[in-house]
Parts: sequence; C-alpha cells; structure tokens
Amino acid sequence: MCLKNCFWIASFLSLLFLSGCAAERAPSAQDPFEGFNRAMFAVHERIDSALLKPAAQGYDALTPLPVKTGAFNFFDNFRDIGRGGNAFLQGKGQEGLSGWARFLINSTVGLFGVFDVASEMDVSRGDADFGQTLGVWGVSSGPYLFVPLAGPFTGRDLAGFAVDQSIDPLWRQVEDHPALRNSLLGLSAVQARARLLPADRVLEEASLDKYAYLRAAYLQRRAAQIRGETALNEDEEDNDDSDLREGAAQ
Amino acid sequence: MMRNVFPLWRLALFLFVLLASPARAEEGLLPDALVRNVSEEVLETLRQKKGGAREIIALVQEKVLPHFDFRHMTQLAVGRDWRKATPEQQNALTKQFRDLLVRTYVNAVSVYSGQKMTYKPLKIAPGDTRVLVRTEVSQSGGTPIPVDYGMEKTGQGWKVYDVAVGGVSLIINYRDSFAQEIHAGGIDGLIASLSAKNRELAAKNK
Repeated sequence: MCLKNCFWIASFLSLLFLSGCAAERAPSAQDPFEGFNRAMFAVHERIDSALLKPAAQGYDALTPLPVKTGAFNFFDNFRDIGRGGNAFLQGKGQEGLSGWARFLINSTVGLFGVFDVASEMDVSRGDADFGQTLGVWGVSSGPYLFVPLAGPFTGRDLAGFAVDQSIDPLWRQVEDHPALRNSLLGLSAVQARARLLPADRVLEEASLDKYAYLRAAYLQRRAAQIRGETALNEDEEDNDDSDLREGAAQ
Repeated sequence: MMRNVFPLWRLALFLFVLLASPARAEEGLLPDALVRNVSEEVLETLRQKKGGAREIIALVQEKVLPHFDFRHMTQLAVGRDWRKATPEQQNALTKQFRDLLVRTYVNAVSVYSGQKMTYKPLKIAPGDTRVLVRTEVSQSGGTPIPVDYGMEKTGQGWKVYDVAVGGVSLIINYRDSFAQEIHAGGIDGLIASLSAKNRELAAKNK
C-alpha cells in the first residue's frame, strides 16, 4: 500500500513539475503551478459529479444516522494514533496524551472505535498531522497542489499525508487483502465525501471562483493550524495589527 | 485534507449571522459582551424554531447587519486596489459584496442543529481600537471549532470587520479571486462579476 502510494505520488509529482510551466494566469506566490492545478481541479469536479458525489448522496440518504456516525468513528479512530504522535512531535504533550487515550478508550469501551466514548468523556479529538509537524519544525509549505479526489495540499502537506497514511494501522492490516482493502477504501471515500455534502452549496454560492476560494481557505487553515492561533490579515497599507496578534495569543 | 476544511463552512455560515442585537442599547458595550448578547439572542430564536426563511432574513437584517462594517470588509477583500477605486466604485463594490455575503450566509442559518457557543476571555487594553473576540462552537461529539470576530471601535460602537472560522477568514478567502477579476477587467470588471453572481443567486432562490 505504502509502496504503491509512494509510486503514485512520485509519478504525480514529476508530472506536476513537467506541466508547471503551463500556468497562464497572474502567478500566485503559493501556487506556481496554477494552470496545472486548475486542470486537475476540473478533472476532480468531473469525476466527483459523475461518481463520488452521487454515491455519497445515495449513502447519505439511505444510511441511518447512527450507522453514518459509526462508520466515521471507525475510520477516524485509527487516526487518533497518528494525531497523538504528531502532537507529541510538535511539543503538545497534553494533546498527544489525549489522542492516545482516545484510541485506547474508543477501541475497547467504544467497540473497535464505532462509538466515540472518549468525546463523551470530554477527551477531545486533536487535529495534528505530519504536514503540520513539518511546518512547526520550520519546513516551508512548498507549492500548492490540487490532487483529484484527495483535495487541496501543499507539497509539504502531501508528503506529510503520505507519511500519516503509511503508519495508519488500519491500512497496514489490510494491505495484503486486496478485496477487503478496496471495499474499505471505497467506503471510507464515500463516507468522507458524504460529510462534505452540506459544504457544496456554500462553496457554489459564496465563491466567485471556486478554485481560488478553496485554495485561500485551505492555505489559511493550514497556516492557522501550524501557528496555533488565528491571525487576521490586515490591509497591506496599515500594518498595525500587532494588537490583534497579541489578542489572539493564548 | 478537505475533510478538515469543509465541515467548518457549514458552521461558519451559520455563525456569520449570529451576531445580532438591538443596536442602540448596546453601543457602549465591550465587544465581547456585544458578541455574547447578540449570539445568545439569535440562538434562542433559532432554538425555538419559529419562522421560515423569510423570518430568518428579517432577523438577520434587523439584528445582525447593523454590527457589521461592510465597507471595511470590502476594503480588506479588495486589498491594495481599493485606493485605485473612485468613491462611486467603492460604494458599488461595498453594496454588491454585502449582498453576496448576506445572501449566501442567510441560507446557512437553516443548518442550525443545537450547536453551543462558548466565549473566551477578552484581551483588551485601555485605548485598544481593534480586538479579536474569540469564541468556540461545539456540537455534541464533535471537535470544538474556534470562531473569531475581528472587531473595530467606530463612532457607532464596535463593529465586526472580519470573521475567522478555524483560522480561515471569510473575507480573505475572496482576496485572490477579487485580484484576479481586477487584473482581468479592472474595478468595473469586479463590480460586474459580483452583480452577475448576485443576480444568478437571486434567480435561483426565488
């Protein structure tokens, strides 16, 4: 699984660098391959509207809420291990402990992760991942990349994602059972997409340009996660937002 | 990755309209008290589930909009090109952007499903004219999502000029596309795109 992932990511990256020169728009500092990324976004939208979205809508309509929640919890439970580990790597001891405690509690009391008992006990879910960890360690974000079906990334976060995936125990368990692995992969993708359905209309209605809106949201979100706080970006002309920064510091 | 960004929007949109209050009585309030009073009042109305879309729009217009400084919001979204715009163009941009924000965000109120808000202590020094009011929205079983209001002291009390959900500013999200439109068609091009978008949404929601 990991090897295959790495292969695809490597071929994707080389493709990306080859076609990077094709960007036609006013270059954005964080999106040097905009032309290529927009093409990938268009591919994504086509696959999504033909395949993934209808599947997600069907799943959403036919599945009772407790089953949906259980499916999400099951897949998400495994990620608590990586989130906890990454929190430790970022120096957030408490969040790291919470993550690992969540996995222990939910895997046992929560029946293999189907019930999120830990959240009921106020042990809240973290959001640390390896891309963030690299960012906290000072690795810069690299170019923005849109990967069809997987969504927006930066170079750094795509590398981080590959690392997180390769240590996810669920996928390691099933990597030698293709039929089981592919069914789980499909279910995981459909349930993840179903959770995004409410956002579709918003993105459609709020944005002048879906691609640019999504890119701005993603880049802001990642920067805030790495910084650990909100910092509102002020007008270029007036730079006296130091009070805001202080106001936001914990 | 998209998983992390997207569910926020649903809440964001609904929260965007949460700030409400009978404006005059609360002009002297500190910004955090203003956010709290207004949010709780609107949440209470939503909890009682009275009224359809029309009532929600009325609620937003009466209670929420007076606390937003749409001109400042538009200026932030337009960025450096704002100063190149004539006063008439600035007014037109503000009107169109305001319509777009209100139209899209009013729809979000309908997704309210029992979320709770908690309010973080405000850090403010005497004489501060800009603050970040920090709140958190939690849903049972979900991770709490930080929602921060950038507020500025004006002659008419504290006004919201930006809302950030999970660190994502709803205003800055527009900056790239605005710059792109201005690059392609000038300020008037942006005004035209915004009003075309508003007309399209108006036709669809009828």
